[in-house]
Formats: sequence, structure tokens, C-alpha cells
Amino acid sequence: MSAVDAAVDVHHDDHHHGPAKGIRRWIFATNHKDIGTLYMWFSFAMFLLGGSFAMVIRAELFQPGLQLVEPEFFNQMTTMHGLVMVFGAVMPAFVGLANWMVPLMIGAPDMALPRLNNLSFWILPFAFATMASTLFMEGGGPNFGWTFYAPLSTTYAPPSVTFFIFAVHMMGISSILGAINVIATILNMRAPGMTLMKMPLFVWSWLITAFLLIAVMPVLAGAVTMMLMDIHFGTSFFDAAGGGDPVLFQHVFWFFGHPEVYIMILPSFGVVSQIIPVFARKRLFGYESMVYAMAAIAFLSFIVWSHHMFVSGIPLSGQLYFMYATMLIAVPTGVKVFNWVATMFRGAMTFETPMLFSVAFVILFTIGGFTGLMMAMAPVDYQYHDTYFIVAHFHYVLVPGAVFAIFAAVYYWLPKWCGNMYDERLGKLHFWLSFVSVNVLFFPMHFVGLAGMPRRIPDYALQFADYNLLASIGGFAFGLSQLFFMFIVIKTIRGGRKATAEVWEGAKDTTLEWTVPSPAPFHTFETPPVVK
Amino acid sequence: MLLNARQKWLGALIAPSFVASSAVAEPLSKINLRPGATELSQDIYDLHMLILWICVAIGVAVFSVMIYSMIAHRKSLGREPATFHENTKLELLWTLIPILILVAMAVPATGTLIEINSPEDADMDVVVTGYQWKWQYEYPGTGVSFFSVLRTPSDEIYNREAKGEHYLLEVDEPLVIPTGKKVRFLITAKDVIHSWWVPDFGVKRDAVPGYVSELWTRVDEPGVYRGQCAELCGKDHGFMPVVVVAKEPAEFDAWLAERQEAAAREAELASKDWTLDELMARGEQVYARNCAACHQANGAGAPPAFPPLKDSPIALGDPQRHIEVVYDGVPGTYMAAYGEQLSEVDLAAVITYERNAWGNNVGDQVNPIDIVEFAKSN
Ligand code: HEC
Ligand SMILES: [Cu+2]
Repeated sequence: MSAVDAAVDVHHDDHHHGPAKGIRRWIFATNHKDIGTLYMWFSFAMFLLGGSFAMVIRAELFQPGLQLVEPEFFNQMTTMHGLVMVFGAVMPAFVGLANWMVPLMIGAPDMALPRLNNLSFWILPFAFATMASTLFMEGGGPNFGWTFYAPLSTTYAPPSVTFFIFAVHMMGISSILGAINVIATILNMRAPGMTLMKMPLFVWSWLITAFLLIAVMPVLAGAVTMMLMDIHFGTSFFDAAGGGDPVLFQHVFWFFGHPEVYIMILPSFGVVSQIIPVFARKRLFGYESMVYAMAAIAFLSFIVWSHHMFVSGIPLSGQLYFMYATMLIAVPTGVKVFNWVATMFRGAMTFETPMLFSVAFVILFTIGGFTGLMMAMAPVDYQYHDTYFIVAHFHYVLVPGAVFAIFAAVYYWLPKWCGNMYDERLGKLHFWLSFVSVNVLFFPMHFVGLAGMPRRIPDYALQFADYNLLASIGGFAFGLSQLFFMFIVIKTIRGGRKATAEVWEGAKDTTLEWTVPSPAPFHTFETPPVVK
Repeated sequence: MLLNARQKWLGALIAPSFVASSAVAEPLSKINLRPGATELSQDIYDLHMLILWICVAIGVAVFSVMIYSMIAHRKSLGREPATFHENTKLELLWTLIPILILVAMAVPATGTLIEINSPEDADMDVVVTGYQWKWQYEYPGTGVSFFSVLRTPSDEIYNREAKGEHYLLEVDEPLVIPTGKKVRFLITAKDVIHSWWVPDFGVKRDAVPGYVSELWTRVDEPGVYRGQCAELCGKDHGFMPVVVVAKEPAEFDAWLAERQEAAAREAELASKDWTLDELMARGEQVYARNCAACHQANGAGAPPAFPPLKDSPIALGDPQRHIEVVYDGVPGTYMAAYGEQLSEVDLAAVITYERNAWGNNVGDQVNPIDIVEFAKSN
């Protein structure tokens, strides 16, 4: 055990701070590493659940015609797939990474508010149990898409919508508490000498993300509360027959929803900005412009929401404004991509699994960015809107985007978490399986979308058959590859070559987590390190 | 537009295979937007190709630098890493150049967007109303109005029969418009949000209950143009296609006149004396078109969401109550108020049918006059 740990016993001679034994360790967890671990496993479980819904979707779309499920159930699958992946898989994975890594990266002993931390995690299993249980209720689960536009989600919703609303409220509370904790930790607990502009970019990305969360989760709560009132208390916020406005729902939803997509991508930017310099053995290019670019993206994310609504009937002036504002996002996003490329340029690169996933992230996320730019052009979006082109776009930024960043982060930090190196050969195999299958899965969606296939349909016209078949094959392969990922992770936790403290060559010079032993002891940085 | 010529030139230069002269003659592209049948859809297509190629060019430039360094700057080649980590000039450059490209793209996009949103001075109007799960088309001032419902039989959908050429993209009664005329669409919905989309016109607009939004088109080539509902609208969202037939003006006028006569004949039917058999025959058709989506052709429904009508207490009980349910619907459920969708004759026929089909055998009949009286007393 390290010298740091010895210092613990001197300070707290009344009792020893080891982890509690058995299940109590997890239920009463207040240690940031344990809570981080809980978040990661929860997220992976949700990834498999949401993934199995996706498998139902791809199986039904394998061929034209209705084979496996009825349209009613198909709609529940698309809805639950989206909700579970966004709120259950991607967001909690990043919160888990923040829990594990933010204190380690800023030299803090733990998160600022450990009990709150416990609460924000333990809300989640209840929220998702509530959500998943709706599938077994009379009338079925939510079937109105993850964007739950009123009045389909109010007047015309199945009775289970009330449970859906409460589940969303719970997730929102969990996210807000988590965000408060991250902000309190980063602003108050940095090691002496670590000024804001010396913080690792992953920490920066989370600081910005946390502010986005606090700003928009209440808006989402507002939207679902108005739904609740419309359904049960006779109001007409979204009911035209009572003088309400269905389009209002979309404004409120996307005022939450657009920042939400950056909540899922900013931490990915942070992860990739940590990994690329380490494996290029070269300092990150343009650290400051990276920070400003993230701040700019976060700001812009609040003023572009109606680009999701170009065809909803908003006035011409609104369409023009939202088109221009949206196009602007390309500028800071471009800066980030250029900086990553410049970091790699004239480095001395090796391509271990985290780097492979990061490089794939840069390429495939950028492809998603390009289609985003195309959609920003309002007149062309008249054709793209609500087609599979959109589905292709957001899956490119979310799967080989956010999810690949999470894979990269897991391979990168897993040796630090469990003290063992993962099997590099298996990691690379997982990468190549995922990389090929994810493209076979999502690239053809661009084609069918442009050719005119609407999204969220259980059956399609014959000219879309070939590429749907291809996408389904890619989908099954991608799904199987993730079971392989689970195998690799479990194998690593159970044994393997012992990891050094530094893990990656030269990593010690980049961020603080590589200065503590592997696995990271239960308590770290009880005595703050000094950052020069 | 000035820029259009340049865009077309650009498109022709780099993408000869994509430049199709006429959408109707060409087979539908399986991988790309189609230029469509109107000037607007052509403008949109040109913009799409322009931005697509700009993205490809940027992508090739960025990724080739990246792939070059992945090959040349590897540790295994014994490379020493460089130490540079910022360059203000470079960073300014790659902030400014994208801004210039964006401005260059915003200019033609603005022109086209304004064009799309200029429905003024139309030669004629069509009111398009979305319902779960069909479209209603109305020609204001002519008395002509009808529903347009998916024609693909469920045997094809459930793979019991080979699928036809226009599988899921065919309706019983398409919208008909004249060629060469500026047609304005007034788009709205009665229940949830739908979205009326004809790719070949570059026209897509959400149909929102309580709102009427406007878009327009001018089609030059006579032909059949197919699209679909684009906004998730519930169970059969995937099964409410849009089919528009463009006819020469003279043919269109003849068609409209014929529809007007048919509408007048329909109105007379209400005062005719109907036999039970006549009502049953007509009711079966009305039922298949309007009710079978939820209550199923055999009346078994799909409980719990959609109740069976076979042996239902309402179908077997008091006819007045039965009329009320169908005429006013059941608010807050999928059961719509058919009083505003169907004629008196059709209502009478379908209610009679429900009372006597699938072994319900109540034996009574509801006449059009009963519906008229119910409507009056309401
Ligand atoms: C969009 C789906 C849908 C369509 C189409 C539909 N119905 Fe219904 N119908 C329902 C639902 C849902 C109910 C149950 C309402 C309730 O909760 O009381 C219902 C109830 C009824 C009932 C009362 C049954 C009972 O036992 O309570 C009758 C009669 C009926 N519908 C007739 C019709 C007729 C006639 C048509 C066609 C003109 C039609 N429905 C079309 C969904 C539909
Ligand atoms: Cu619809």
C-alpha cells in the first residue's frame, strides 16, 4: 500500500476506512470509486436492455412485411430503446466515469457530497424498474417515441404514461443531484496549484456538462409535469381543443433536448482529448481553444432547439434564424476535430485499444457532424426530417460517437480500476468487430433515408429492402460484439497481467490518476498532491 | 436564381451519375434524394448535392492528414514526437475558413427556404387533414372531399400473399391536382400530429391539430407521386401513405366535375329507402375502410386497446347508444367521432353492419334518417 494510505490511519485513528463487506458496501456506498463502479455496471446492464429492444426492431425490419411483432409493440420498442439508451446507458456511463475519474484527476480524496452521490445513483434502478414495468401494463408501455410529442403522449397515450412521467422525474432528480456534486467537487476540491486552465479536459468537459444538466433537466421536468396535468387534472397545455398548443410541447422538449445531446457528447470530447495525446506521445494541440470550443458549443446548444422543428410550421423568420444559428455549431466542432488531428500529426503513435476507439471516434463522429451540418440547411431538412437519414445521423454521433468514447475510456482506465491489464489482442478484436459492424449497421441508413424511408415505421416499401437487410445484419453483429466486450471486462477484473501505476507509457506526465498505484487504493489523495 | 446555375454545373461535374433529368422516367434512387418533379424539389436537390460534396471535400482533406500521420508518425517507425502544441495563426485560420464556407452555403439556402415558404398567389387550394391513419382531401368551394386510405391488403402485409409493386405506397383514392398550376396545401390534423410528405415535390409539413400551415407546389409533369406520413402518429403510422396524381388541367377539371356530381348523388341517397341487405353490403365496405384497422375485419378487435365488436354489449344493445358511440366517438380514446368523417348513409350502413355481422344478428337496421335525427337532437 502506498504512503498516501499510511497517512489515512494517522489522521483517523478511531476507525479504519476500508470498504464495508458484502452487499452493504454497495447499498451504503459513499466512496466515489464504488459509486463509479455501480454507475458503470448499471449503465452496461441498461446498454444490454436497450440493445435487446434494438434487436427486436432490427429483426422486424429485416424484411418487408410484419413478421415478429405488431406495430403497437414495435412502437413501444423504438420508444423504450431510445429512452433506455439515452437516460439509462449513455448518461449514467459518463456519470460513472466522472465519479471514478474526476477526483483522481484533480487530486481530490472523494466527491464533495458523498451521501448525495449515493442517493443520485440509487434513484436510478428504481426509475428504470418503473419505466421497464410499463411494458407489462395493460395497454402496453410508452409508444410515442423517445421525443414523446403531445398529444400522442397525452390524450392518446396508454395509461402507463403516468409511470413513464414519474420515471422521468426520478431520472431528472438523479441527474441534477449528480451534476451539483460534480460542480461542487471541481470548483472546491482541486489540488493546490491546479488552476481552472490546468484542469484535464475530461474534467473541463464534465464541468460544462454539469451546468448543462442543471439548466435543462428542470425543463424536461416541466414538460412532463405539464403532460401530467393535461392527462389527469384537466389542463390543456398541449391540447388544441382546449386552447392549448401541441407545438409548445416541442419547443419545451427541444429546449431540453438539444442541450441533452451535448450532455452526451461533451464528456466524449473530454475522454478522447485525454487519450489521443497519451498514445501520440505529444501534448494536446490547442488546449485553450479546446476549452473555449466546448464552452461555445454548450452556449450554442441553448439557442438552436427549433432546428428539430423546421417543418412543424414555425414562421419563416424562425426557420432562418435557427438555420443560421445551427450552422454556427460547425465552427467550434471543427476546431475540436482539427485540434485532435494536429495532436496526432508528427506524434509517435501506438494503437492500443483505447487509441483505436478514439481514432474511430474522431472519424465517425465527424461523419455524424457532417450530416448534422447538412440537416442544418433548413430547405434540405424538409426532405431529411423524420427519415432514416436522421436516424443515421444521430446514431453516428451517439454510437461510434459517445458509446465508442465510453469503450475507449473503459479500456484506458480499466487497468487503473482493477489493477490488471486487459488482453490487448481481445480488445483489438472487439474494436474491429464493433467498427465494422457499426458501419454496416448505420451507414445504409443514410441511403434508405435519402431514398425516402420515414423513421419509426414497422414495415416499409420494397425499394428499401436491401439496405434494411444489411443494417439488420450489422445490428446483430454489433449486438453480439458487445457480449464479447462484457467477457473481456470480466476476464480482466478476474485476473491478468498486473498493471503498473503509470499503465501507459508517459501517462504520468499527463494527469494525476497515473501517479497513484494500480488498482487505485480505496482512498486516494487524502493528502492533496501539489500541481506545478 | 444565379447560384443555381453554378450548383448544377458543380453537380454535373462531380456527380454525373446522380444528375437525373426527370424523376418520373428514372427508376427511384435507392441511395440518394431524387431531384423530384418540381422546381423547388430540384433546388433542394441541388443544395443537398452541394453541401454533400463540400462535406466530402472537407472530410477527404481532414482524414487524409489524419491517416497520413497514422501511417507515417508511428512509434514503431522510431519516430520522436514533435513538441508543438499550439499555433495561433493556424487556429484562427481553421476557425475563419469554415465560417466563410458556411456563409457561402447560407446564401443559396436562404433563397430556397424563402421560396418554399411563399404560398401566396396560388391558383387553387387543397385542404389536407391528417387522421389516425388516413388523409382527408378537400377542395374548398366545390363540395368535394374524400378520405384516402392505404389500399395494400393485410394479406400482403402479413406475408400471406406476394407483395405488389407499390406495397404500402398505394391508396384507394389519391389526391388529384392539375399540372402547371400553383397549388396551395392547407395542412392540419384532427387527432395527433402527422406530417404530409411528398418527396418529389420537396413538400413536407407537420399536420398539427389546431393549426393550419401552408406549403405549395407546381408540378409540370403529369404522373403519380408517392410519399408517406412522416411524423409518428400511433399504431398505423407506417400505413398512411400519400399518393398524388397530377393531371393535365382539362383532365383535372373533368375529374373534379365528376366528383361533384358523385357528391350530389351521395347526398340524395340519404333520403332513399334502404333494405337491410343494401345497408349490410355498403356497411361491409365502410367498415373495411374505416374501422377494421382497430376492430379487425372479423370484429374481434385487439383487446385491451381496441375492444371487440362481436358480441359487444353496445353492438347488441340499444341502437341509439350505438349511434352515439360511433357518431361522437369516445373522447380520450382512439375511438374517433365518425359523425364528422362519414356521411349519414355510411354511418347508418356501418352501424347496421356491426349489429348484424359476425353472428351479432340483432336483426334491426339503422337508417340514414335515424342519423340525421340523432344529429339534430344533439
Ligand atoms: C383508431 C382505432 C379505432 C377505429 C379506426 C375505430 N374504432 Fe371503434 N373503438 C376504438 C376504441 C379504442 C374503442 C373503445 C373506447 C372506450 O374505451 O370506450 C372503440 C369502441 C367502439 C365501439 C363501442 C364498443 C364497446 O363494446 O364498447 C363501437 C360500437 C365502435 N368502436 C365502432 C366503430 C366503428 C363503427 C368504427 C368505424 C367507423 C370504429 N369503431 C373505428 C377504436 C377504434
Ligand atoms: Cu400519420
